[in-house]
Amino acid sequence: MRGGAGLSVSNPLTESTAHELVEKFRSGAATPSAATRAYLDRITALDPTVRAYITVTRERALAAASAADERWRTGRPKGPIDGVPTAVKDVLCTKGVRTTCGSKILERFVPPYDATVIERLEAAGAVILGKTNMDEFAMGSSTEHSAFFATRNPWDLSRVPGGSSGGSAAAVGADLAAAAIGSDTGGSIRQPGAFTGTVGLKPTYGRVSRYGLVAFASSLDQVGPLTKDVADAALVLRVIAGHDPLDSTSADVPVPDYAAELSRPIAGLRIGVPKEYFVEGMDPEVERAVREAIEVLQRLGATAEPLSLPTTDFALAAYYLIAPAEASSNLARYDGVKYGSRVASAKDLIDMYSKTRAQGFGAEVKRRIMLGTYALSAGYHEAYYAKAQKVRTLVRRDFEAAFSRVDVIVAPTTPNVPFKLGEKEDPLAMYLNDIFTIPVNLAGLPGLSVRCGFSLASLPIGLQFIGRPFDEATLLRAASAYEQATPWRDRRPSLG
Amino acid sequence: MQDVEHVARLARLELSPEEGERMREQLDRILGYIDKLRQLDTAGVEPTSHAVPMVNVFRDDEPRPCLSPEEMLANAPDRSGEFFRVPRIIED
Repeated sequence: MRGGAGLSVSNPLTESTAHELVEKFRSGAATPSAATRAYLDRITALDPTVRAYITVTRERALAAASAADERWRTGRPKGPIDGVPTAVKDVLCTKGVRTTCGSKILERFVPPYDATVIERLEAAGAVILGKTNMDEFAMGSSTEHSAFFATRNPWDLSRVPGGSSGGSAAAVGADLAAAAIGSDTGGSIRQPGAFTGTVGLKPTYGRVSRYGLVAFASSLDQVGPLTKDVADAALVLRVIAGHDPLDSTSADVPVPDYAAELSRPIAGLRIGVPKEYFVEGMDPEVERAVREAIEVLQRLGATAEPLSLPTTDFALAAYYLIAPAEASSNLARYDGVKYGSRVASAKDLIDMYSKTRAQGFGAEVKRRIMLGTYALSAGYHEAYYAKAQKVRTLVRRDFEAAFSRVDVIVAPTTPNVPFKLGEKEDPLAMYLNDIFTIPVNLAGLPGLSVRCGFSLASLPIGLQFIGRPFDEATLLRAASAYEQATPWRDRRPSLG
Repeated sequence: MQDVEHVARLARLELSPEEGERMREQLDRILGYIDKLRQLDTAGVEPTSHAVPMVNVFRDDEPRPCLSPEEMLANAPDRSGEFFRVPRIIED
């Protein structure tokens, strides 16, 4: 194993947040090339241990950084993150750069176009370091379902970084990227955010374009940032958000200057604390950290009131019909014809489809395709899929009622601290890890996870803020106020 | 789940007998959990297919540049000229 304690790779550039880096570029204290080289060196030293990246795009990153150097030198930065070394989950199409989605079936897939989010990042000057590991087709909560390898949690290498955006979260948590992009269908940004002590923001459904995002469950998928602090999440969201004519579900809603919102005080903010998010069986250390965080918010002038979201306990069950149903349809395209792998020999077309898919998909993806196909099949559609869609309405109404009384909801991101690799062999046990994040996707709301303390074993704990549709500004403001008022941000994992 | 083989056929997924058996056990457990939805009265509740209210989105029907055939075919596992090639569909 390379990158042990003997090799010093600590560097003020890789320890900087994205907004701190941009300040250094502006003042001339550092250049994008120096920052990019520092990250690439750290990746070389440490990623063989952390395993956050599937593909590192070294040459492209250095070329992009060098162009950014020139723009800063002449005082003409392209955008607010010009020169910031950024990692991208391997679920977003990158023109000319292999995009695997963590799957054997796309192992050699090279997209002929860029996702809108990639175009926007590059238009703002971001330097893309590479593509990060993930659970296959974003189905999982640990990144153990990657077809290639498991990613490790930078705080404890024997534990998972969460998933499915575990590579992006571990990259940011281990200072292997200044910022990263993930996707969240049932918690896949917020849960790995919580597990790695990074800030994970799932925007409102429709806030960020899904064009070029490999589809899992189209009515739930959203793209969002994983960052070192809340200010960086505000910075990156501003870049990637906004209407896109190429995604018919993208919303034509103005994008505020989130960074400007951060300094507004939270006095008078009404916080709701849902009783269903403090349940039997959750880790008492998580509960204590979250309750203390609510007290901090109250000391900052917010008011907190208990409330009830009565359908919470049914959201996970509804999700495990809706998401697999949509996935079974979306993944029908992997048939060995237009792209992706194909089996060498088959006796006819149907046989080729069935064998290609059997060979190309991993166990979890097959399980969800089966579950979704079953839920949509003749005779079961009403009892399962239609029923789940009605439950989804109830989940949405719960939140609507709550937001008539409060401005933001605060809850744990996960019921537990990061678990060990191999600990959750049973699929249902893995699914249950997402009980606090899934309702937010069903309702299409924005959610943000921020570090709110550590367990006795020094594992990070996540605090979740849930907001009204398109009100990411309030989440960022509340999370930033909390972050500024607490010491948690200062701690970093000891990797070298 | 009664008919794993039938569902696998619908999904175009070849499962070995052992895989099918493991799949049946796991899906039964998951469906057992999902059964809790029955407790919830949803009579008269409208289904939600999208969280954000959606209406049809239209654009003008104008030609725009698109990918070249070469780019379209670049990832094909098998091709013949400007076509995707697949195994024989119609029997002799």
